[in-house]
Amino acid sequence: MVTASEVWAALADVPDPEIPVISVVDLGVVRDVRVEGGRVRVEFTPTFLGCPALERMRDEMAARIEELGAKPEIDVVLDDSWSTDRITPLGREKLREAGFAPPSPRGAAPPTLLQLQRAGLRCPYCGSADTRLENLFGPTPCRSLRYCAGCRQPFEQFKTI
Amino acid sequence: MPEHSRAELLLPIADDELVLGWRNSEWTGIAPFLEEDVAFSSIAQNEIGHARALYGLVAEELGTTADELAFDRPPCEYRCAPLAELRRLDWAGTIARHFLYETADELRLDALKESCDAAVAGLARKIDREEIYHRLHAKMWFDRLRDEPRFRTALLELWPYALGVVPEHLRDRFGERAELPSNTVLQGARGTHTAELEPLWEEMTMVRRSIPGAAW
Repeated sequence: MVTASEVWAALADVPDPEIPVISVVDLGVVRDVRVEGGRVRVEFTPTFLGCPALERMRDEMAARIEELGAKPEIDVVLDDSWSTDRITPLGREKLREAGFAPPSPRGAAPPTLLQLQRAGLRCPYCGSADTRLENLFGPTPCRSLRYCAGCRQPFEQFKTI
Repeated sequence: MPEHSRAELLLPIADDELVLGWRNSEWTGIAPFLEEDVAFSSIAQNEIGHARALYGLVAEELGTTADELAFDRPPCEYRCAPLAELRRLDWAGTIARHFLYETADELRLDALKESCDAAVAGLARKIDREEIYHRLHAKMWFDRLRDEPRFRTALLELWPYALGVVPEHLRDRFGERAELPSNTVLQGARGTHTAELEPLWEEMTMVRRSIPGAAW
């Protein structure tokens, strides 16, 4: 019979379809894994509700569990238990290496436009903090666009939510 | 709790998000500049994601599916506010509606977060977190356009419709937040529809109606 740690290991190979450098486990969207006889229940918390990758993630997780010989049950949990603080340290490092600035930690209050517009968020390429907001929205709902004055390179910033 | 309380509570909101998301997506490819095209399309996509999640909760209660709720009702059964239906072909009007709608939506979500239905409150908290970025976007444009005569005119034209988005007890607070008079006579109450809904519905449901029952 399959064990929970085998399931976690298998899910750690399921990439985020939009940002394939990071897995669903590193992204923190797998909230719980429970093995009940031949069934595996996974609690999955989507990132942004408008994300078109949700079905892909769900189907790929189910497929990996079937490969382990178990019957998958993916429960999609639609509450606020996922936040960008759940991205693992390893996941943050992988994002940075791929040119995505990882999200800043959540503060007590939501971010303001002024905070986002000013310099301070680091460029994933050169590390300079001399960066500015170009656009609140990027190619997917979870990203925004910034520009680094240090290396004159635009880059994508994972939004904090 | 009354029998169909989720449907009563959430269908109007889900319909607003779907119809407005659809309307906003009409700017994809033709927004004033490329970055704005990306931003406004992303917001539209996210609103439709919110609609899907809200329909999902209602569907659990009614024993149906989110897609059936979104696309299989005749236009007269939609519960969206007429503000969301209006076809605005100019950017000032689009941004005026965006600002008014996001302001109303925040008040409505704050109330929903207090729901005794844990699934509803949990989803409202999630939606609210994402909406922070929609509000920042609306605020950025509001600040940019606030003294432009075309924008002021659009705000005043849309305000009587915007009042119809929130229930009566929230209208005073809505007026304070939007800095507009809440004693304005409401136009386009929820439950009534503009002539612009039907063509939108025709287009939005066209593919689904073309092959009934198909799995996409």
